[in-house]
Amino acid sequence: MGITIHDPEPIQFLGADGSFAPNESAKEYLSEVEDLAVEEVQGWYRSMARSRAFDTECTNLQRQGQLALWAPNLGQEGCQVGLAYATEPEDHLFPTYREHAVADVRGVPLLDLAAQFRGLTHGGWDVNDPKNGNFHLYTVVLGAQAQHAQGFALGMLLDAKRAAGNTALDPNEPGTATDRAVMCFYGDGTTSQGEANEALVFAQSYQSPIVFVVQNNQYAISVPVARQSRTPLYRRALGFGIQSVQIDGNDVLASYAVGRRFMRDARAGRGPGYIEALTYRIGAHTTSDDPTRYRENEELEQWKLKDPLRRLAGYLRSLGVSDETIAEIDAEAATNARSVRDQILALPASQPDEMFDYVYAEKHPRIDEQRAFLHAYEASFAEEVAS
Amino acid sequence: MSQSHETTSLAIARAINAGLREALAGDDNVVLLGQDIASLGGVFRVTEGLAKEFGTARVLDTPLAEAGILGSAVGLAMSGFRPVAEIQFDGFVFPAMNQIVTQLAKLRNRSAGTMNMPVVLRLPYGGHIGAVEHHQESPEAYFAHTAGLRVVSPANANDAYWMIQQAIESEDPVIFLEPKAKYWQKGEVRLGSPAAGLHETLVAREGSDVTLVGFGAMVTTLLQAAEIAKGEGVSAEVIDLRTVSPIDYGPIVDSVRKTGRVVVAQEAPENASVGSELAATLSERCFLSLEAPVLRVSGYDTPFPPAGNESHYLPDADRVLAAVDRAMNY
Repeated sequence: MGITIHDPEPIQFLGADGSFAPNESAKEYLSEVEDLAVEEVQGWYRSMARSRAFDTECTNLQRQGQLALWAPNLGQEGCQVGLAYATEPEDHLFPTYREHAVADVRGVPLLDLAAQFRGLTHGGWDVNDPKNGNFHLYTVVLGAQAQHAQGFALGMLLDAKRAAGNTALDPNEPGTATDRAVMCFYGDGTTSQGEANEALVFAQSYQSPIVFVVQNNQYAISVPVARQSRTPLYRRALGFGIQSVQIDGNDVLASYAVGRRFMRDARAGRGPGYIEALTYRIGAHTTSDDPTRYRENEELEQWKLKDPLRRLAGYLRSLGVSDETIAEIDAEAATNARSVRDQILALPASQPDEMFDYVYAEKHPRIDEQRAFLHAYEASFAEEVAS
Repeated sequence: MSQSHETTSLAIARAINAGLREALAGDDNVVLLGQDIASLGGVFRVTEGLAKEFGTARVLDTPLAEAGILGSAVGLAMSGFRPVAEIQFDGFVFPAMNQIVTQLAKLRNRSAGTMNMPVVLRLPYGGHIGAVEHHQESPEAYFAHTAGLRVVSPANANDAYWMIQQAIESEDPVIFLEPKAKYWQKGEVRLGSPAAGLHETLVAREGSDVTLVGFGAMVTTLLQAAEIAKGEGVSAEVIDLRTVSPIDYGPIVDSVRKTGRVVVAQEAPENASVGSELAATLSERCFLSLEAPVLRVSGYDTPFPPAGNESHYLPDADRVLAAVDRAMNY
């Protein structure tokens, strides 16, 4: 037996052709985009184009055997870029393994993203280095990062309390302003993970400053979102008492506007938020996948008509940006992708010592013994070759 | 931590409580989180009084979700805190195993050493309390098998007081196994300085004929066995492991080379256990000194039984002594 709930239209600012046509649901967010300069919006387009060109290059590199795997974000650039620009420098962002455009906006070098898919590292960048924009490491066991993100946000709350000399964190107390917040990304599949749901429980209990973003790209590898849930995903958060909306995730403006509002609310101590961004994974889950086995070409073609780049290009044109400028940005993105490609191919090979270097911060006898064994064992072959 | 020769007598639970109090007072970044640890003081009262003293923003009651406790601890550590998580019972840790194994243990490695995980997981472990299912287990092997974790267990009040503080000071994640059956066993706590480093193994009783090895609650059993053996003319040396992973082999190897016989005792099931790891390594390192095979005394390879059978399941001094007899008469 089902229940009847009226779902508002997903928040949308841009029409299919890129015309500025905010729907009813978008009205209360209009103030978030009022003061936008054309240059800013053009900057978003640049980020989206950079991401797409890089993504295409990485898929090609995998086909050529230069990457072990690639997880394309093709088609999801709209929500990724809009939400990334909705954050402030002091915010922290926790990704899955597909937020390449978010990483780029926050300052993580694209080369570092590719290194782990080339089998050189399980991470790839130093989260504590400010140049990486507080963008946390990719997480492969999905849902785990939602707990970390919540814990980090709880840490922001405890920091704010400590600064104010407030030693209590009582059940049911109102939220505390923290001046910074966390944005946590996951997908439609992850909404079924217990850990993703526990993170909502904790965030709402403590009023942690966090915004959960679900990029609903319609498929968890091959399994359609209807297998995860028979109700819209945004409603799950409503059940936890968390402010939650559904947006057109291929609309960069809607993503930016709602992201900005929710993050500001979180920073101000008004509690966690939840954004379901409706989008589509135009590419495969990863390069090991074959989407023709589980989805119809017609569906793919329908979603291609909602392409976030084309829509934003249309909007830019309506703002007076010339076709030449847009073509220049596209060309610049392609040049950048080729340059990253060359750098990927030039990445140094792994050193066996790296297996042992970082397991423990403090001295560990087994690590020392096994490192010494590996050196001696591998050196024994060098001696054989020499003799 | 003042340099004094002052001593005080505390039960192990109170000693851990005192150690936690020192850690909370000494470092603003130390926070405790777990179920029922604030106003109740924990199901074993180990955190009693700490929420009142330091506030509920330092001693946090959590929702009832073990993965959420560990996941939050990881996030707190990322943001600069030194979280001490309590899971109420050994058998309740499994919902959190994903966070422990795929995240807590691996994040430093994943981040190429740029992100330490100074998290302590306090876990009351072991049997002898006649409790219901999932309340009496010894899950140390799961943690010892996981690269990136450290595993320790105090056997007496002095170590309980100091090792919890050392664990909190560690830059690596530490699984802190608390011998819940001995929580109310009193002992002298020397407030001046710890008996040893966190990852040092100590000789608890000297002897010359056979070496008995164990940790946590088992050390008490081994000391009883050694006392009985003495009456039968056998001099048993008792090794208190203290550190379960990594194992500090130096003192154990020295002892076995001296005695030529060794019995490893544990509450955990034997198959693929820490005791099995000890047996393999001691056989390798002490082969020419051994007068008998390394013997293991363990729980059976069954689920921990209902309380009515726990006396048959758990190794006691008699089962240890039966193994001592086998070693002596081999």
